[in-house]
Amino acid sequence: MMNARTSDKIATIIFYSIAIFISLLLIALIGFILYHGLRVINWHFLTSPPSAFRAGGGVGPQIFNSFLLLILTMIFTIPLGLGAGIYLSEFSRESRWTRIIRICTETLASLPSIVIGLFGLLFFVTVLKWGFSLLSGALALTVLNLPVMTRISEDALRSVKRELREASLALGATQWQTIVHVVLVAAIPGLVTGIILTAGRVFGEAAALLYTAGITTPRLQFNNWNPLNMNSPLYIFRPAETLAVHIWKVNSEGLAPDARQIADGASAILIIMVLFFNIVSRWFGRWLYGRMTGKHGKA
Amino acid sequence: MANPKLMNKIGRNFTLLCASLLIVTTISIIIFIASKGLSTFIKDGVSIADFLFEKVWRPDAPKSEGGPLVGALPFIAGSVAVSLLALVLCTPFGLGVAIFMSEISPRWGRKVLQPVIELFVGIPSVVYGWIGLSVLVPFIRNHIGGLGFSLLAGSIVLAIMIFPTIASVSTDSLQAMSNDIREASLALGATRWQTIRMVLIPAALPGILTGVVLGLARAFGEALAVQMVIGNAIRMPDSLLKPMHTMTSIITMEMSNTVMGTVWNDALWSIALLLMFISFLFIMLIRIIETRRAVK
Repeated sequence: MMNARTSDKIATIIFYSIAIFISLLLIALIGFILYHGLRVINWHFLTSPPSAFRAGGGVGPQIFNSFLLLILTMIFTIPLGLGAGIYLSEFSRESRWTRIIRICTETLASLPSIVIGLFGLLFFVTVLKWGFSLLSGALALTVLNLPVMTRISEDALRSVKRELREASLALGATQWQTIVHVVLVAAIPGLVTGIILTAGRVFGEAAALLYTAGITTPRLQFNNWNPLNMNSPLYIFRPAETLAVHIWKVNSEGLAPDARQIADGASAILIIMVLFFNIVSRWFGRWLYGRMTGKHGKA
Repeated sequence: MANPKLMNKIGRNFTLLCASLLIVTTISIIIFIASKGLSTFIKDGVSIADFLFEKVWRPDAPKSEGGPLVGALPFIAGSVAVSLLALVLCTPFGLGVAIFMSEISPRWGRKVLQPVIELFVGIPSVVYGWIGLSVLVPFIRNHIGGLGFSLLAGSIVLAIMIFPTIASVSTDSLQAMSNDIREASLALGATRWQTIRMVLIPAALPGILTGVVLGLARAFGEALAVQMVIGNAIRMPDSLLKPMHTMTSIITMEMSNTVMGTVWNDALWSIALLLMFISFLFIMLIRIIETRRAVK
């Protein structure tokens, strides 16, 4: 039988190897994407529309759609998720009712994103007759992110000290005033970090969008900013293919001769955005926290 | 200025509305998907047993040929095969990283591996699919055999995608172990590896299992990354190197090519319903594991 000390050493070496392997794998994945992608990305690629059958198309409208969809989704997700989080953390006691809310949140969070996309197809696209549109896509993504946002908000609010709430209530503030002026303010760093991470998720999502925001983009007139006009980029009832969906589409349809280059470039843009969201959420959360606790110290 | 009492009431009711919306949404999703998914069995008269256990997928087959033939077994078996294989490939690495982070080098774990895991989570699934398609598929075709588009390619891509789930949940559950049991074991003369193997892993097992089930659930529901590399051929998964279909890939491929209300379209909704049902089973499984842990 093997000596216990020797096997301990071997095990330690194996665990180190696994940790190093995983780190190298990540570096290889990101390095591969950036290496191939950055050769494709130039001003033309970032701004011009795709061309269906010829080489040399760009991903301009897709990038625009991704950002617009992100903003729209956040407009719905943040107030609703924050509201539910406030309810769970501030206004309710543990009861059968909150247990039902929690079970639903958990159920919603575990649904595959394609199922949420199909629900969007049925409800927003077909029943409400909004068609494949920015609005349908944004609401599908809201359903996808609502449970995450709720949990983030509840956790961030719960981590605020009880003394702060009690001090505010003792001064005669109502519960709502306490929440708005004291608890929410103290919870901002946690909330911001969570929101930025959610944003990263929205940016890369594709399965929930295939059948809600659609896989096409009409020709957009970028000099027409009237949101009620059908040709305007801001018209929310137009189909809007995002960058992530575009990667899938160029590969599954394979009409463009330079599909490979397009997918490389688009993947690199997505990865850069993910890295950006990740770093910003870390840095911004820490900066806000430092700033706010610093202020508290001075006061 | 607005009356604070009134504002309090409005605020409270707004948050209650938001929380209720979670319930309404969840229930509407269940009702909508179920109403479409069940019409295969109610309106089109397909038996549930045929749907679950038959192998022939020809929903447009005429009555004279015994149609509609709505056998979803190849997709169900495909999803099970690709997810379980992904789990087998991924669990040693996920658990290994968790042990490294909590027992071997917590400092390196926090500084290096924590961000590494978060970035793995952050990479969008289509990007995983694209790397699979442009690197893994040609590699398998040239060095192992077959077309490249295969069960193996799908499993490897999924394994990378579910790795962060298993690693982070297992790390949490190992870190939650009280230091007393570590010290007691070491004081008895056990080495670190013996402590990990015989004390910590058994004690943290429910948490590790939760991570594994969560990973499995994620693998089952993943659509586009798998669809891009698995080859999309309707056949039972009988070889690692042959193309096949999963429940999510068939929905992705065929949903837009079929007209709502036809048997074919209904059958795809039934697969979506089954997918939803399976994800509920996973939640229940996790609840059972967690209550067991709580009882202990």
